[in-house]
Amino acid sequence: MSPAENIGPQQANPPSDIGWEHFAHDADIGVCGWGPSPEKAFEQAALALTRIVTDQEVRPLEEVKIVRTAPELDLLLVEWLNAIIFEMATRSMVFGRFEVSLDGTQCLAGRMWGEKLDVARHLPAVEPKGATYTALRVARMPNGRWIAACVIDV
Amino acid sequence: MDPARLTKLNDVTWQIAPTGAMRVPAIIYADEALIRGMDDKVAEQASNVASLPGIVGASFVMPDAHWGYGFPIGGVAAFDAEMGGVVSAGGVGFDISCGVRTMTTGIPLAEIERVKVALADSLARAIPAGLGSEGAITLDAREMDAMLTGGAAWAVERGWGEPEDLGRIEEAGRMEGARPDFVSARAKERQRHEMGTLGSGNHYLEIQVVDAIFAPAVAEVFRLALGEVVVTIHCGSRGLGHQIGTEFLKEMVSTAQAAGLKLPDRELACAPILSEVGQRYLGAMRAAINCALANREILGHFARRTIKHFFPEAAVPLLFDVSHNTCKVEQHQVNGKLRELYVHRKGATRAFGPGHPALPAELRDVGQPVLIGGSMGTASYVLVGVEGSEKLAFSSACHGAGRAMSRYAAAKTWSGRQIVDELAARGILVRSPSLRGVAEEAPGAYKDVGEVVYAAERAGLARRVARLRPVICIKG
Repeated sequence: MSPAENIGPQQANPPSDIGWEHFAHDADIGVCGWGPSPEKAFEQAALALTRIVTDQEVRPLEEVKIVRTAPELDLLLVEWLNAIIFEMATRSMVFGRFEVSLDGTQCLAGRMWGEKLDVARHLPAVEPKGATYTALRVARMPNGRWIAACVIDV
Repeated sequence: MDPARLTKLNDVTWQIAPTGAMRVPAIIYADEALIRGMDDKVAEQASNVASLPGIVGASFVMPDAHWGYGFPIGGVAAFDAEMGGVVSAGGVGFDISCGVRTMTTGIPLAEIERVKVALADSLARAIPAGLGSEGAITLDAREMDAMLTGGAAWAVERGWGEPEDLGRIEEAGRMEGARPDFVSARAKERQRHEMGTLGSGNHYLEIQVVDAIFAPAVAEVFRLALGEVVVTIHCGSRGLGHQIGTEFLKEMVSTAQAAGLKLPDRELACAPILSEVGQRYLGAMRAAINCALANREILGHFARRTIKHFFPEAAVPLLFDVSHNTCKVEQHQVNGKLRELYVHRKGATRAFGPGHPALPAELRDVGQPVLIGGSMGTASYVLVGVEGSEKLAFSSACHGAGRAMSRYAAAKTWSGRQIVDELAARGILVRSPSLRGVAEEAPGAYKDVGEVVYAAERAGLARRVARLRPVICIKG
C-alpha cells in the first residue's frame, strides 16, 4: 500500500495536515512524513525514524547541525535521514525534534535536538542501518500536502 | 507470486525466460508453496538483475527469497569483468558480510539445563547487544586499519580467538584485497566503539541443542551429536559496513548514469568492475568483510570464555563461519570452461561441495558446512555443500527463513512480554534489552525454515545435516 494512502495506527496524530507514520516493508520499516511543505514533511519523516528506535520521550537537551546536498529532492531525503542515523550512531544519541531548511531542491540545512541514549529509559527496539531508495518518494499531493517517504534498513 | 507466471523446469526449479532487457534467464529454486509465498517483486527484481551487463549464466533466486533493495534478498548473480560486468552495492547490501558461525561444545543439554538461567544471564552480560550497548573495545586509527586488513586473523593476534579458528572461516579469516584507505573516515568513526558488539534486529547469539540428524556420517565429521549443544552467532560488519553500503549506493547511483548504465531500478546502482568506483567499492567491501569476520571472532571468544567459566573442561571448537552478503572473485566452470567471476550473494550463502580446494583438509571430503539461521522459537539448520551445486547457482544456498510478516505488523500482533513468556514455557530463555524488538522478531513473523532448507536440498543446492533447536537466545 502506498505510504500516502495508508494512515496506519502507528502515527503521532490522527489524520491531519502534519504527521508521520510507519509502513510495512518485509524485513525492514518504511517511514513517511507529511506536511504543508517539503521541509515539514522531512521533519516528520525524521520523527518517524526516531520512532523506529524508541516510543519514549526524547528530551531536546543537545543540538546537532548538519548540511547535506544531493542532486534531487528525494535523494536529499535519503541524505537527511542517513545523516541522522550517523549522528545517532556516533554520538550515541536519539533525537526528538527537528528543523529543516531547504535551499532549492539540492541543499538541506538541518538542526536536530536530542539526548544521550539511555537504554533503561528509551528501551531502543532496533538500530537503523541506513535509509534506502526503496519506496523513496518526495512529492506534493493533489491536496497540497507534501509527503516524504522511504524504507529504512534495520 | 503466481507459479503460472513462471516456466516450471521441475518441482523445485522455475524459470523466467529472457524478455525485454534481460540478457540471461532468471532461475528460482523453490517449491510451489514457497513460490506462492514470495512477493511479485522478487520476480521483478530477479529479472532486473538479469539485465545487468556482464552477467553470466542466470540471475538466481534462493528458496527463502524476498523483496530486497534492487537485488532480491536471496539473490545470486555472477559477472565477468572482461565482459563489462558490474559490481553492485545493492547486490551485497547494507550489512556487508553479515553471517553465521557455529561452535560445537560436546556438552549434553541436561548439563546446560542445570545452569541455564545463570548461563543466559552471563551471556547477556558478556555480549554487548542492542542499540546503546557499549563494546569494551575501542580502536584507534592504526588498529582500525589493522583490523580492516587482518580480519579474524587480527582478532586472534590480539588475543580474541584461537589460531585453529581461522581454518574454519571463509578466506581463512582474512579477506585479501581489503583497502582501508578506500573506507571513509565516517565509516571508521561509526565503527570505533562497535567492535565486539552484536547489533540488533535479527542478530542473535543462541545456545542450541542438536535435535535431529539427517546425515550421520557428515554430522560426525562436523562433531554434531544428538542432544549436545552448540553456540551460534549471527551478525555482520556493524556500523562500518552499513556506512560503506550507504556511501557507495549513493555514489553508484550518480556514476551509473555517467557510465552509460541504464538502471531499471535506481536501487540496482552498480558500477563496472574495472571502473575506478567499482575498484574502490571492492576494496572497501573487502575491508568490511574483514570487519565482520573480526567481529564474529571476538564475539565467539566472549561466548567461549563464558561457557568455559561454567564448563572449564569443555572444548568449544569452531565448526564454521559463513557470510551471506558479499561479492567474491571465484573460479567457476561455465560450459566446460574455467572462468573468473565476481559472484554476488545477497542473503545467500556460499556452499562449496566435497573436494573444493578452499576447504580445510579435515572437511574437504565431506563439503563445506552451510549454517542456516531460523528464528528465536524455531529451528536452525546445518547443511553441507554438495557436488553438482556449482552448475546450479555457483555453489550457493539459502541463508535463513525470511520474514512472513513485516516488523510493523509483528509489533502490532504480539507483545514482547508474551513472546518471552511463551518461549520460556517451552524451555527457551530469551535475554534482550527491548521487548518491542522481541515482538518484531517473534517466531510467527518468520517463514518455516524447514520448508526452505528442504527445498534447497531437493533442488540440489546443499544437503541437510542437522537441525538445531534454540535453548538460550541473546538478542539486541
